Amino acid sequence: MGAGEPVLEARGVTRVLSGAIPVTLVEGIDLSIGRGEFAAITGPSGSGKSSLLYLLGLLDTPTSGSVLVEGEDTSRLTPADLARVRLEKLGFVFQFHFLLPEFTALDNVLIPMRKLARLSDREMRTRAQSLLVQLDLGDHARKRPDQLSGGQRQRVAIARALANEPRVVLADEPTGNLDSRNAQLVFDTFRDLAHRTGTTVVTVTHDEHLAAQTDRRVLLVDGKLVGSTEAAHPA
Amino acid sequence: MALPLSVDIAVTHLMGRRRQTIVSVLGVALGVGFFIAVAALMQGFQTYFRETIIDVSPHVVVEDEFRNPPRQPVQALYAGGAVELRGLKPEEERRGIRNARAMVEALRRMPGVTVAPTLSGQVVLRYGGVDEAASLVGIEPEQEQRVTTLAKDMEAGSLDRLNTTANGIVLGRELAKKLGAKLGDSLLAVTAAGVTRRVTVEGIFHTGIQNLDEGVAYMLLKRAQVLQDRINVVNQVRLRLADPDQAPAVAQRVEARFRYKAESWQETNQNIFQIFTVQNAIMYSIVGAILIVAAFGIFNVISTVIYEKTRDIAILKSMGLTEGDIRRIFLVEGIIAGAIGAVMGWAVGYGLTEVLASIRFDFSDDPSENRFHLSYSLLHYMLGGGFALVAAGLAAYLPARRAARLNPVEIVRGAA
Repeated sequence: MGAGEPVLEARGVTRVLSGAIPVTLVEGIDLSIGRGEFAAITGPSGSGKSSLLYLLGLLDTPTSGSVLVEGEDTSRLTPADLARVRLEKLGFVFQFHFLLPEFTALDNVLIPMRKLARLSDREMRTRAQSLLVQLDLGDHARKRPDQLSGGQRQRVAIARALANEPRVVLADEPTGNLDSRNAQLVFDTFRDLAHRTGTTVVTVTHDEHLAAQTDRRVLLVDGKLVGSTEAAHPA
Repeated sequence: MALPLSVDIAVTHLMGRRRQTIVSVLGVALGVGFFIAVAALMQGFQTYFRETIIDVSPHVVVEDEFRNPPRQPVQALYAGGAVELRGLKPEEERRGIRNARAMVEALRRMPGVTVAPTLSGQVVLRYGGVDEAASLVGIEPEQEQRVTTLAKDMEAGSLDRLNTTANGIVLGRELAKKLGAKLGDSLLAVTAAGVTRRVTVEGIFHTGIQNLDEGVAYMLLKRAQVLQDRINVVNQVRLRLADPDQAPAVAQRVEARFRYKAESWQETNQNIFQIFTVQNAIMYSIVGAILIVAAFGIFNVISTVIYEKTRDIAILKSMGLTEGDIRRIFLVEGIIAGAIGAVMGWAVGYGLTEVLASIRFDFSDDPSENRFHLSYSLLHYMLGGGFALVAAGLAAYLPARRAARLNPVEIVRGAA
């Protein structure tokens, strides 16, 4: 199936929004994504792509079924424990960059590290700076988000997602607000990340052209998994 | 980077809403400032009043009366029975404290107690065409000096001259003014007993307590007894204590032992102290109201910040910050606003107190009475600051709790 041992697994995951008329977002999803795999979740709008990503990212909890991160069942964890797993093992990139507008690019990248508090101040700064350099933002570390272009902001957001060396990066339509050149840049970064460092990347996209560049495509229709294909490995 | 993450974000939020933050901080500052100034004013006055009373008047006064009317023999016989007596003519007793000399001796042996026997009664003083009624207190000057500050309060003449002049009298300043009498003038004193004497003004005193200054005159105990036609009678024994706070306890002991009514200075001035209590309650309510208004300001800023920062909250939570972390951010914002407000309030309070201290009135010739009596107390600053922090903390807690519960999924979805 995947490229290595499973890092992220869904077992019979169903999510129903309770209400006067209950809405089923996703139903009976079984999925296993391996280490270093670059996977795309695709499907028409309203098919539950993002809902599945939020469940895999522990931002939402399944109505039934369970999500396993590195083999650990997360269904019995408290909200504080889930936050801890997100902090240590997961990184998020959304369609909107969600950078803190008053903080510089560097300070935004530092936030997850400061919360984790595993490195010294100096080490954190060095690491944040090198992440920005890797993403070609070396000269923009001191700039605030409103001084950056859309593509640059999204790359700062990626650097922030990578701050604590996560096992998995989860991206929700990360290229939705970008032009095709920047979109390609983001996907190149993800692919490089997955193949070079072994970080698993799961991205939601409706862009067929980009989805075709991933290792694996997971197709959702009406909240159900209808196909999981190995995409052609680009050279 | 020295700041913890939550404090760093909190400060950033407040800096981003500088104008609104300043307004809410000023609200807190004014609340704290007014509290300090008003507390200084009121406690200053109350302390001044208390100290004047403790200084000027005796701490315990034993009088020739009883708290309860005497029990009639028939009531003792049928205790608890349905007995009513009508047309009873009480036995006419000779008023005064019986065996006062022995009582004074006994009281004198109590530790920390000084004693002075007096006879107090009514007198009408006549000078020129003016009649003024006053309390005439017969004293033994050297003993009275140890019980009240009368000797120190003499403005003209002296207390000792009562001993050397045949019919000397000492008047309160306002009383003398009403009579138009000056030192050395000769007045006519008439008592209810029908005795009339010529008396000479040998001294004028001023205590600062209105009742004493305009309604009391002192003579030698022996002369007063003659004037009242009550030879050898003492109807008031005045006590001064080393520790004025012991007065109620001492009064109780004295009353239990001698049966005569013994009144402490606290009891005598009870109604005034009750007014003080009401005053304090009013002050604390007003200051409380100001701080509540200030708290609404803080509530407002933080609610606005949270509304504006829902996206930040969502990303921080998805990053792995806990509900507690988010709550802390906004709680810290409230506490910072409250703390800055408290410190500014201290400055405002100090300034206002200084302004009050510099005000002068034109009430009397005594300069100490022409200004506010202020009390500078660290406790007021601590209380004001404490109030501000608690109010700010509460005002911040409610929106902070709401922020912590925001669901990042809903926000992330909506932001796309």
